[in-house]
Amino acid sequence: MAVNPEIQGRRLPPVGPYLVGREKVREFARAVLAQSPLNLDAESARAAGYADVVAPPTFPVVVQEATLAQLLAEPDTGIDFTRVVHGDQRFTFVRPVVAGDELMAELTVTSVKSLGGHSMVTASTEVVDLDGELVLTAISTLVVRGDEEASA
Amino acid sequence: MTRPRISDLTVGEVVAERTVTLHRDTLVRYAGASGDFNPIHYRDDVAASAGLPGVLAHGMLTMGLAVQPVVDWLDGDSGRVVDYQTRFTRPVVVDPAEGAEVTIVAKVGVLEERFARIDLTVSFGGQTVLGKAQVRVDLE
Repeated sequence: MAVNPEIQGRRLPPVGPYLVGREKVREFARAVLAQSPLNLDAESARAAGYADVVAPPTFPVVVQEATLAQLLAEPDTGIDFTRVVHGDQRFTFVRPVVAGDELMAELTVTSVKSLGGHSMVTASTEVVDLDGELVLTAISTLVVRGDEEASA
Repeated sequence: MTRPRISDLTVGEVVAERTVTLHRDTLVRYAGASGDFNPIHYRDDVAASAGLPGVLAHGMLTMGLAVQPVVDWLDGDSGRVVDYQTRFTRPVVVDPAEGAEVTIVAKVGVLEERFARIDLTVSFGGQTVLGKAQVRVDLE
């Protein structure tokens, strides 16, 4: 099944709020082999001017992931999850995420393209705080591998 | 250690280098922390039936750990990373016994006012695994 080109431009309902927990940030920091005390120790983070531990740069994928799952659950995308490969990823920050943040995430499908039997779906997730202020944008391109015949 | 100053940097200069070894437990730990429980990241049988050369590291794990030498160069202030992007170009196959050795080299790519673009070369088995891996940092 081909990816439905009409999903380009679709904006999904916001997901959240996601409460960024201190222990979750520490767990994630250890998992990506972070060594900075600002990611691991609240006192060090406060001494550096932050409200609490700072989330590592790729932590927002945890928040973004809920919106990608929401996209894949849409009935009409034509995206076969078993054929999806993560093509690229970008995070653009207005400010860093810190423990205690409550975040809402809203995904927009910004592009659907076909390339050599594969489809490339680019989704941009805006992450805002409870005042509606933009915190970061997370952009993923999902590569949906075509059928064996189509890609041969 | 203090934070680098933009006036002290030159384009092409290597600012950080690191080699890390990923083991299967590294992948399991990342699966738990991130919530990505795709079994190709911990089950040989599932990886094989998907036609993969072995259990693979999560692309987002590789992206997440590749920026850490830059964060440490920033005196640990990960909040100075204002943009981070990459393409996932080759898989990192994690051997159950030996693990996988990943090498990260971070070089100054562009200097622009208070910002530096740091370009990462991330390799496994002599080949790069991330493409256009760029970290924009605020050095104000």
